[in-house]
Amino acid sequence: MTMLSVHVRKALPAFTLDVAFSGAGTTALFGASGAGKTTVANLVAGLMQPDAGRVAIGEDVLFDSERRIDVPIHKRRIGYVFQEGRLFPHMTVMRNLDYGRRMNGLPHNDGDRDRIVAMLNLGALLPRRPGRLSGGERQRVAIGRALLSKPRLLILDEPLASLDAARKDEILPYLERLHDETLPMIYVSHQPNEVRRIADRVVRIEQGKVAAAGGVELLD
Amino acid sequence: MFALTPEEWTAITLSLRIAITATICSLPVGIAIAWLLARRDFWGKGLLDGIIHLPLVLPPVVTGYLLLIWFGRKGVIGAFLYDVFGITLAFRWTGAALACAVMSFPLLVRPLRLSFESIDRRLEDAASTLGARPFLVFLTVTLPLALPGLIAGTLLGFAKALGEFGATITFVSNIPGETQTISAAIYTLTQIPDGDAAAARLVVVSIIIALIALVASEWLSRRAGQRFHGE
Repeated sequence: MTMLSVHVRKALPAFTLDVAFSGAGTTALFGASGAGKTTVANLVAGLMQPDAGRVAIGEDVLFDSERRIDVPIHKRRIGYVFQEGRLFPHMTVMRNLDYGRRMNGLPHNDGDRDRIVAMLNLGALLPRRPGRLSGGERQRVAIGRALLSKPRLLILDEPLASLDAARKDEILPYLERLHDETLPMIYVSHQPNEVRRIADRVVRIEQGKVAAAGGVELLD
Repeated sequence: MFALTPEEWTAITLSLRIAITATICSLPVGIAIAWLLARRDFWGKGLLDGIIHLPLVLPPVVTGYLLLIWFGRKGVIGAFLYDVFGITLAFRWTGAALACAVMSFPLLVRPLRLSFESIDRRLEDAASTLGARPFLVFLTVTLPLALPGLIAGTLLGFAKALGEFGATITFVSNIPGETQTISAAIYTLTQIPDGDAAAARLVVVSIIIALIALVASEWLSRRAGQRFHGE
Protein backbone atom coordinates (compact mmCIF):
# COMPACT_ATOMS: atom_id res chain seq x y z
CA MET A 1 0.00 0.00 0.00
CA THR A 2 1.24 3.46 -0.90
CA MET A 3 1.81 5.77 2.06
CA LEU A 4 0.66 9.33 1.85
CA SER A 5 2.44 11.80 4.07
CA VAL A 6 1.34 15.39 4.39
CA HIS A 7 2.51 18.31 6.46
CA VAL A 8 1.37 21.71 5.31
CA ARG A 9 1.45 25.14 6.88
CA LYS A 10 -0.06 28.28 5.43
CA ALA A 11 -1.07 31.64 6.87
CA LEU A 12 -4.70 32.37 5.98
CA PRO A 13 -6.72 35.50 6.72
CA ALA A 14 -8.67 33.85 9.57
CA PHE A 15 -5.98 31.60 11.06
CA THR A 16 -2.71 29.87 10.34
CA LEU A 17 -3.36 26.45 8.91
CA ASP A 18 -0.99 23.74 10.13
CA VAL A 19 -2.00 20.18 9.40
CA ALA A 20 -0.02 16.95 9.36
CA PHE A 21 -1.20 13.40 8.75
CA SER A 22 0.00 10.25 7.06
CA GLY A 23 -1.17 6.78 6.21
CA ALA A 24 -2.33 4.46 3.44
CA GLY A 25 -5.87 3.83 2.21
CA THR A 26 -8.58 6.45 2.53
CA THR A 27 -8.06 9.38 4.86
CA ALA A 28 -11.08 11.53 5.64
CA LEU A 29 -10.53 15.21 6.38
CA PHE A 30 -13.49 15.85 8.62
CA GLY A 31 -14.72 19.06 10.18
CA ALA A 32 -17.11 22.00 9.99
CA SER A 33 -17.14 24.18 6.89
CA GLY A 34 -14.50 26.88 7.11
CA ALA A 35 -12.16 24.70 9.15
CA GLY A 36 -9.62 24.56 6.30
CA LYS A 37 -10.30 21.09 4.84
CA THR A 38 -10.51 22.17 1.21
CA THR A 39 -7.43 24.35 1.67
CA VAL A 40 -5.49 21.26 2.78
CA ALA A 41 -6.71 19.42 -0.32
CA ASN A 42 -5.64 22.32 -2.55
CA LEU A 43 -2.24 22.51 -0.88
CA VAL A 44 -1.69 18.80 -1.49
CA ALA A 45 -2.82 19.04 -5.12
CA GLY A 46 -0.60 22.07 -5.78
CA LEU A 47 -3.48 24.45 -6.52
CA MET A 48 -2.21 26.52 -3.60
CA GLN A 49 1.35 26.76 -2.34
CA PRO A 50 2.11 26.03 1.34
CA ASP A 51 4.32 28.47 3.24
CA ALA A 52 6.19 25.47 4.56
CA GLY A 53 5.88 21.72 4.79
CA ARG A 54 6.29 18.49 2.90
CA VAL A 55 3.96 16.36 0.77
CA ALA A 56 4.94 12.90 -0.40
CA ILE A 57 3.20 9.93 -1.98
CA GLY A 58 5.28 6.85 -1.21
CA GLU A 59 8.85 7.73 -2.20
CA ASP A 60 7.83 10.60 -4.46
CA VAL A 61 8.21 14.02 -2.88
CA LEU A 62 5.78 16.53 -4.40
CA PHE A 63 6.55 19.44 -2.15
CA ASP A 64 9.34 20.09 0.32
CA SER A 65 9.98 23.64 1.45
CA GLU A 66 13.39 22.76 2.96
CA ARG A 67 14.65 21.04 -0.16
CA ARG A 68 12.88 23.59 -2.37
CA ILE A 69 10.91 20.97 -4.21
CA ASP A 70 7.61 22.08 -5.72
CA VAL A 71 6.34 19.76 -8.44
CA PRO A 72 3.95 21.64 -10.77
CA ILE A 73 0.26 20.65 -10.58
CA HIS A 74 0.18 18.92 -13.94
CA LYS A 75 3.07 16.65 -13.00
CA ARG A 76 1.72 15.61 -9.60
CA ARG A 77 -0.66 13.00 -10.97
CA ILE A 78 -3.28 13.69 -8.34
CA GLY A 79 -6.85 13.03 -9.41
CA TYR A 80 -9.10 15.71 -7.96
CA VAL A 81 -12.89 15.39 -7.82
CA PHE A 82 -14.22 18.85 -7.06
CA GLN A 83 -17.38 19.69 -5.20
CA GLU A 84 -18.96 21.11 -8.36
CA GLY A 85 -17.63 18.50 -10.78
CA ARG A 86 -15.94 21.02 -13.06
CA LEU A 87 -16.56 19.03 -16.21
CA PHE A 88 -15.48 20.74 -19.42
CA PRO A 89 -18.73 22.12 -20.88
CA HIS A 90 -17.46 22.10 -24.47
CA MET A 91 -16.58 18.40 -24.51
CA THR A 92 -18.76 15.31 -24.52
CA VAL A 93 -18.63 12.96 -21.53
CA MET A 94 -16.46 10.68 -23.64
CA ARG A 95 -13.90 13.41 -24.26
CA ASN A 96 -14.03 14.55 -20.65
CA LEU A 97 -13.18 11.01 -19.58
CA ASP A 98 -10.40 10.77 -22.15
CA TYR A 99 -8.88 14.17 -21.30
CA GLY A 100 -6.30 12.99 -18.77
CA ARG A 101 -5.06 10.25 -21.07
CA ARG A 102 -4.66 12.68 -23.97
CA MET A 103 -2.89 15.33 -21.90
CA ASN A 104 -0.45 12.81 -20.48
CA GLY A 105 0.22 11.31 -23.90
CA LEU A 106 -0.77 7.84 -22.73
CA PRO A 107 -1.74 5.18 -25.28
CA HIS A 108 -5.40 4.19 -25.70
CA ASN A 109 -6.44 1.61 -23.17
CA ASP A 110 -9.97 0.46 -23.92
CA GLY A 111 -9.91 -2.17 -21.18
CA ASP A 112 -9.23 0.45 -18.54
CA ARG A 113 -11.84 2.78 -19.87
CA ASP A 114 -14.49 0.08 -20.16
CA ARG A 115 -13.83 -1.01 -16.60
CA ILE A 116 -14.28 2.51 -15.18
CA VAL A 117 -17.29 3.18 -17.41
CA ALA A 118 -18.88 -0.03 -16.14
CA MET A 119 -17.98 0.61 -12.50
CA LEU A 120 -19.55 4.09 -12.56
CA ASN A 121 -22.31 3.09 -14.97
CA LEU A 122 -21.49 5.81 -17.48
CA GLY A 123 -22.20 3.93 -20.72
CA ALA A 124 -25.41 5.76 -21.61
CA LEU A 125 -23.88 9.17 -20.89
CA LEU A 126 -20.83 8.99 -23.17
CA PRO A 127 -22.15 11.00 -26.17
CA ARG A 128 -23.77 13.72 -24.04
CA ARG A 129 -22.39 17.06 -22.99
CA PRO A 130 -22.22 18.06 -19.30
CA GLY A 131 -24.99 20.66 -19.75
CA ARG A 132 -27.43 17.77 -20.21
CA LEU A 133 -26.44 15.75 -17.13
CA SER A 134 -28.00 15.66 -13.69
CA GLY A 135 -25.90 16.61 -10.67
CA GLY A 136 -25.34 12.98 -9.73
CA GLU A 137 -24.36 12.00 -13.26
CA ARG A 138 -21.89 14.86 -13.38
CA GLN A 139 -20.18 13.73 -10.21
CA ARG A 140 -19.91 10.17 -11.51
CA VAL A 141 -18.28 11.45 -14.70
CA ALA A 142 -15.94 13.63 -12.63
CA ILE A 143 -14.88 10.59 -10.59
CA GLY A 144 -14.32 8.58 -13.78
CA ARG A 145 -12.36 11.39 -15.37
CA ALA A 146 -10.07 11.65 -12.36
CA LEU A 147 -9.53 7.87 -12.21
CA LEU A 148 -8.72 7.61 -15.92
CA SER A 149 -5.93 10.17 -15.64
CA LYS A 150 -4.01 7.39 -13.83
CA PRO A 151 -3.49 9.27 -10.57
CA ARG A 152 -1.26 8.21 -7.69
CA LEU A 153 -3.65 9.83 -5.23
CA LEU A 154 -7.34 10.64 -5.48
CA ILE A 155 -8.76 13.68 -3.71
CA LEU A 156 -12.52 13.95 -3.33
CA ASP A 157 -13.65 17.33 -2.00
CA GLU A 158 -17.22 17.03 -0.69
CA PRO A 159 -18.26 15.26 -3.89
CA LEU A 160 -21.80 14.81 -2.57
CA ALA A 161 -22.33 18.26 -1.07
CA SER A 162 -24.25 19.67 -4.03
CA LEU A 163 -26.61 16.67 -4.28
CA ASP A 164 -29.93 15.91 -2.62
CA ALA A 165 -30.42 12.88 -0.40
CA ALA A 166 -31.60 10.57 -3.18
CA ARG A 167 -28.61 11.46 -5.38
CA LYS A 168 -26.24 10.94 -2.47
CA ASP A 169 -27.55 7.42 -2.02
CA GLU A 170 -27.06 6.93 -5.75
CA ILE A 171 -23.35 7.89 -5.62
CA LEU A 172 -22.28 6.42 -2.28
CA PRO A 173 -22.09 2.82 -3.55
CA TYR A 174 -19.76 3.98 -6.33
CA LEU A 175 -17.54 5.71 -3.80
CA GLU A 176 -17.43 2.52 -1.75
CA ARG A 177 -16.35 0.66 -4.86
CA LEU A 178 -13.42 3.07 -5.21
CA HIS A 179 -12.09 1.42 -2.12
CA ASP A 180 -11.34 -1.65 -4.18
CA GLU A 181 -8.95 0.43 -6.28
CA THR A 182 -5.60 0.26 -4.52
CA LEU A 183 -5.29 4.01 -4.67
CA PRO A 184 -4.67 6.23 -1.64
CA MET A 185 -7.50 8.72 -1.22
CA ILE A 186 -8.26 11.94 0.64
CA TYR A 187 -11.96 12.36 1.27
CA VAL A 188 -13.06 15.81 2.43
CA SER A 189 -16.43 15.90 4.15
CA HIS A 190 -18.44 17.21 7.07
CA GLN A 191 -20.96 14.36 6.93
CA PRO A 192 -20.23 11.60 9.51
CA ASN A 193 -22.39 9.01 7.73
CA GLU A 194 -20.48 9.42 4.44
CA VAL A 195 -17.14 9.25 6.18
CA ARG A 196 -18.11 6.10 8.10
CA ARG A 197 -18.90 4.28 4.88
CA ILE A 198 -15.83 5.35 2.94
CA ALA A 199 -12.85 6.19 5.15
CA ASP A 200 -10.22 4.05 6.89
CA ARG A 201 -8.94 6.90 8.99
CA VAL A 202 -10.32 10.22 10.15
CA VAL A 203 -8.43 13.46 10.66
CA ARG A 204 -10.67 15.98 12.40
CA ILE A 205 -9.77 19.56 11.56
CA GLU A 206 -10.77 22.61 13.56
CA GLN A 207 -9.60 26.16 12.87
CA GLY A 208 -6.79 24.93 10.64
CA LYS A 209 -5.35 22.47 13.16
CA VAL A 210 -5.68 18.72 13.64
CA ALA A 211 -8.07 18.37 16.59
CA ALA A 212 -8.05 14.56 16.60
CA ALA A 213 -6.87 11.70 14.37
CA GLY A 214 -7.75 8.03 14.43
CA GLY A 215 -10.23 5.43 13.17
CA VAL A 216 -13.84 6.01 12.15
CA GLU A 217 -14.85 5.42 15.81
CA LEU A 218 -13.70 9.03 16.28
CA LEU A 219 -17.05 10.06 14.80
CA ASP A 220 -19.13 8.36 17.49
CA MET B 1 -26.22 48.61 -64.87
CA PHE B 2 -24.77 46.31 -62.28
CA ALA B 3 -21.86 44.92 -64.30
CA LEU B 4 -18.72 45.70 -62.38
CA THR B 5 -15.79 47.10 -64.32
CA PRO B 6 -12.34 45.44 -64.01
CA GLU B 7 -11.16 48.41 -61.94
CA GLU B 8 -14.01 47.93 -59.50
CA TRP B 9 -13.29 44.20 -59.24
CA THR B 10 -9.67 45.05 -58.50
CA ALA B 11 -10.70 47.37 -55.68
CA ILE B 12 -13.01 44.69 -54.24
CA THR B 13 -10.52 41.82 -54.32
CA LEU B 14 -7.79 44.11 -53.03
CA SER B 15 -10.00 45.20 -50.12
CA LEU B 16 -10.73 41.58 -49.24
CA ARG B 17 -7.06 40.61 -49.51
CA ILE B 18 -6.01 43.52 -47.28
CA ALA B 19 -8.73 42.90 -44.68
CA ILE B 20 -8.11 39.13 -44.54
CA THR B 21 -4.34 39.58 -44.27
CA ALA B 22 -4.76 42.21 -41.56
CA THR B 23 -7.12 39.98 -39.56
CA ILE B 24 -5.08 36.79 -39.85
CA CYS B 25 -1.82 38.53 -38.93
CA SER B 26 -3.24 40.41 -35.96
CA LEU B 27 -5.15 37.44 -34.55
CA PRO B 28 -2.26 35.65 -32.75
CA VAL B 29 -0.98 38.95 -31.33
CA GLY B 30 -4.52 39.93 -30.35
CA ILE B 31 -5.11 36.62 -28.55
CA ALA B 32 -1.83 36.94 -26.64
CA ILE B 33 -2.48 40.55 -25.60
CA ALA B 34 -6.12 39.93 -24.68
CA TRP B 35 -4.98 37.03 -22.49
CA LEU B 36 -2.24 39.15 -20.85
CA LEU B 37 -4.69 41.96 -20.10
CA ALA B 38 -7.29 39.53 -18.73
CA ARG B 39 -5.02 37.34 -16.67
CA ARG B 40 -1.78 39.00 -15.71
CA ASP B 41 -0.84 41.98 -13.61
CA PHE B 42 2.29 43.71 -14.74
CA TRP B 43 3.92 47.09 -14.73
CA GLY B 44 2.58 49.27 -17.54
CA LYS B 45 -0.60 47.27 -18.04
CA GLY B 46 -2.73 50.42 -18.05
CA LEU B 47 -0.39 52.00 -20.56
CA LEU B 48 -0.52 48.97 -22.88
CA ASP B 49 -4.31 48.99 -22.67
CA GLY B 50 -4.30 52.70 -23.52
CA ILE B 51 -1.96 52.33 -26.50
CA ILE B 52 -4.09 49.53 -27.96
CA HIS B 53 -7.21 51.66 -27.73
CA LEU B 54 -5.51 54.79 -29.07
CA PRO B 55 -6.44 54.17 -32.74
CA LEU B 56 -10.08 54.13 -31.65
CA VAL B 57 -9.93 57.71 -30.34
CA LEU B 58 -7.16 59.32 -32.39
CA PRO B 59 -8.08 60.89 -35.73
CA PRO B 60 -7.29 58.14 -38.29
CA VAL B 61 -5.14 60.62 -40.20
CA VAL B 62 -2.90 60.91 -37.15
CA THR B 63 -2.52 57.14 -36.91
CA GLY B 64 -1.73 56.96 -40.63
CA TYR B 65 0.78 59.76 -40.33
CA LEU B 66 2.52 58.07 -37.38
CA LEU B 67 2.68 54.85 -39.40
CA LEU B 68 4.25 56.78 -42.27
CA ILE B 69 6.86 58.28 -39.97
CA TRP B 70 7.76 54.96 -38.35
CA PHE B 71 7.17 52.46 -41.12
CA GLY B 72 8.08 54.58 -44.14
CA ARG B 73 11.29 53.68 -46.01
CA LYS B 74 13.16 56.23 -43.88
CA GLY B 75 11.29 55.56 -40.65
CA VAL B 76 12.98 53.79 -37.74
CA ILE B 77 11.08 50.52 -38.18
CA GLY B 78 10.58 50.87 -41.93
CA ALA B 79 14.32 51.30 -42.59
CA PHE B 80 15.08 48.27 -40.43
CA LEU B 81 12.48 46.13 -42.22
CA TYR B 82 13.85 47.19 -45.60
CA ASP B 83 17.54 46.71 -44.74
CA VAL B 84 17.14 43.37 -42.99
CA PHE B 85 14.22 41.70 -44.75
CA GLY B 86 13.81 43.78 -47.91
CA ILE B 87 10.22 44.57 -46.91
CA THR B 88 8.61 47.82 -48.00
CA LEU B 89 5.30 48.81 -46.43
CA ALA B 90 4.73 52.42 -47.46
CA PHE B 91 2.55 52.78 -50.57
CA ARG B 92 2.13 48.99 -50.84
CA TRP B 93 -0.89 46.81 -50.16
CA THR B 94 1.04 45.23 -47.26
CA GLY B 95 1.23 48.68 -45.69
CA ALA B 96 -2.53 49.00 -46.13
CA ALA B 97 -2.90 45.69 -44.28
CA LEU B 98 -0.71 47.04 -41.46
CA ALA B 99 -2.81 50.21 -41.21
CA CYS B 100 -6.02 48.15 -41.14
CA ALA B 101 -4.57 45.79 -38.52
CA VAL B 102 -3.63 48.69 -36.24
CA MET B 103 -6.98 50.40 -36.67
CA SER B 104 -9.02 47.25 -36.07
CA PHE B 105 -6.85 45.90 -33.23
CA PRO B 106 -8.88 47.37 -30.32
CA LEU B 107 -12.06 45.88 -31.78
CA LEU B 108 -10.39 42.48 -31.99
CA VAL B 109 -8.91 42.56 -28.49
CA ARG B 110 -11.88 43.82 -26.53
CA PRO B 111 -14.41 40.96 -26.94
CA LEU B 112 -11.62 38.42 -26.57
CA ARG B 113 -10.47 39.96 -23.34
CA LEU B 114 -14.02 39.98 -21.96
CA SER B 115 -14.37 36.32 -22.93
CA PHE B 116 -11.11 35.40 -21.19
CA GLU B 117 -12.22 37.28 -18.10
CA SER B 118 -15.55 35.49 -17.93
CA ILE B 119 -14.11 31.96 -18.12
CA ASP B 120 -14.41 29.91 -14.94
CA ARG B 121 -10.76 29.54 -13.99
CA ARG B 122 -11.58 26.56 -11.83
CA LEU B 123 -12.00 24.62 -15.08
CA GLU B 124 -8.40 25.45 -15.89
CA ASP B 125 -7.33 24.18 -12.45
CA ALA B 126 -9.23 20.97 -13.14
CA ALA B 127 -7.37 20.59 -16.45
CA SER B 128 -4.03 21.04 -14.63
CA THR B 129 -4.82 18.34 -12.11
CA LEU B 130 -5.57 16.01 -15.04
CA GLY B 131 -2.02 16.48 -16.31
CA ALA B 132 -2.32 19.29 -18.86
CA ARG B 133 0.66 21.62 -18.92
CA PRO B 134 -0.17 25.34 -19.01
CA PHE B 135 -0.02 25.76 -22.79
CA LEU B 136 -2.26 22.73 -23.30
CA VAL B 137 -4.71 24.08 -20.72
CA PHE B 138 -4.86 27.23 -22.82
CA LEU B 139 -5.36 25.36 -26.09
CA THR B 140 -7.89 22.79 -24.87
CA VAL B 141 -9.89 24.72 -22.27
CA THR B 142 -9.28 28.49 -22.27
CA LEU B 143 -9.35 29.15 -26.00
CA PRO B 144 -12.35 26.92 -26.84
CA LEU B 145 -14.34 28.52 -24.01
CA ALA B 146 -13.40 31.95 -25.34
CA LEU B 147 -14.73 31.02 -28.78
CA PRO B 148 -17.70 33.43 -28.73
CA GLY B 149 -15.34 36.33 -28.00
CA LEU B 150 -12.88 35.07 -30.59
CA ILE B 151 -15.58 34.98 -33.27
CA ALA B 152 -16.99 38.37 -32.33
CA GLY B 153 -13.53 39.97 -32.20
CA THR B 154 -12.41 38.46 -35.48
CA LEU B 155 -15.49 39.59 -37.38
CA LEU B 156 -15.59 43.04 -35.83
CA GLY B 157 -11.91 43.45 -36.65
CA PHE B 158 -12.44 42.18 -40.19
CA ALA B 159 -15.36 44.54 -40.77
CA LYS B 160 -13.35 47.46 -39.47
CA ALA B 161 -10.35 46.49 -41.61
CA LEU B 162 -12.56 46.27 -44.69
CA GLY B 163 -13.90 49.78 -44.24
CA GLU B 164 -10.78 51.52 -42.95
CA PHE B 165 -10.07 54.70 -44.87
CA GLY B 166 -8.28 57.54 -43.08
CA ALA B 167 -5.17 55.82 -41.79
CA THR B 168 -4.80 53.73 -44.92
CA ILE B 169 -4.98 56.61 -47.39
CA THR B 170 -2.55 58.66 -45.28
CA PHE B 171 -0.01 55.85 -44.97
CA VAL B 172 -0.18 54.15 -48.37
CA SER B 173 -2.09 56.67 -50.49
CA ASN B 174 -4.73 55.74 -53.07
CA ILE B 175 -2.99 53.80 -55.85
CA PRO B 176 -5.33 51.81 -58.11
CA GLY B 177 -4.35 48.13 -58.10
CA GLU B 178 -1.99 48.50 -55.14
CA THR B 179 -3.65 50.38 -52.27
CA GLN B 180 -6.99 51.53 -53.64
CA THR B 181 -9.57 49.73 -51.51
CA ILE B 182 -13.35 49.92 -51.94
CA SER B 183 -13.53 52.91 -49.60
CA ALA B 184 -10.73 54.74 -51.40
CA ALA B 185 -12.28 53.95 -54.78
CA ILE B 186 -15.67 55.31 -53.68
CA TYR B 187 -13.94 58.42 -52.38
CA THR B 188 -12.19 58.89 -55.72
CA LEU B 189 -15.43 58.36 -57.64
CA THR B 190 -17.18 61.06 -55.64
CA GLN B 191 -14.49 63.50 -56.74
CA ILE B 192 -15.01 63.03 -60.47
CA PRO B 193 -17.97 63.85 -62.70
CA ASP B 194 -20.11 60.84 -63.77
CA GLY B 195 -18.75 58.72 -60.93
CA ASP B 196 -22.15 58.23 -59.30
CA ALA B 197 -23.12 54.94 -60.95
CA ALA B 198 -19.78 53.30 -60.20
CA ALA B 199 -19.83 54.61 -56.63
CA ALA B 200 -23.34 53.22 -56.18
CA ARG B 201 -22.20 49.77 -57.36
CA LEU B 202 -19.33 49.75 -54.87
CA VAL B 203 -21.63 50.93 -52.11
CA VAL B 204 -23.96 47.99 -52.80
CA VAL B 205 -21.00 45.60 -52.80
CA SER B 206 -19.74 46.87 -49.44
CA ILE B 207 -23.22 46.54 -47.94
CA ILE B 208 -23.41 42.95 -49.20
CA ILE B 209 -20.00 42.05 -47.77
CA ALA B 210 -20.85 43.64 -44.41
CA LEU B 211 -24.17 41.76 -44.25
CA ILE B 212 -22.49 38.43 -45.04
CA ALA B 213 -19.94 39.06 -42.29
CA LEU B 214 -22.67 39.92 -39.77
CA VAL B 215 -24.81 36.90 -40.61
CA ALA B 216 -21.78 34.60 -40.49
CA SER B 217 -20.78 35.99 -37.10
CA GLU B 218 -24.28 35.52 -35.75
CA TRP B 219 -24.49 31.95 -37.03
CA LEU B 220 -21.04 30.98 -35.73
CA SER B 221 -21.71 32.49 -32.31
CA ARG B 222 -24.98 30.61 -32.01
CA ARG B 223 -23.27 27.34 -32.91
CA ALA B 224 -20.51 28.02 -30.38
CA GLY B 225 -23.11 28.82 -27.72
CA GLN B 226 -24.96 25.58 -28.37
CA ARG B 227 -21.82 23.57 -27.75
CA PHE B 228 -21.76 24.81 -24.15
CA HIS B 229 -25.38 24.12 -23.46
CA GLY B 230 -25.42 20.47 -24.16
CA GLU B 231 -26.93 20.28 -27.64
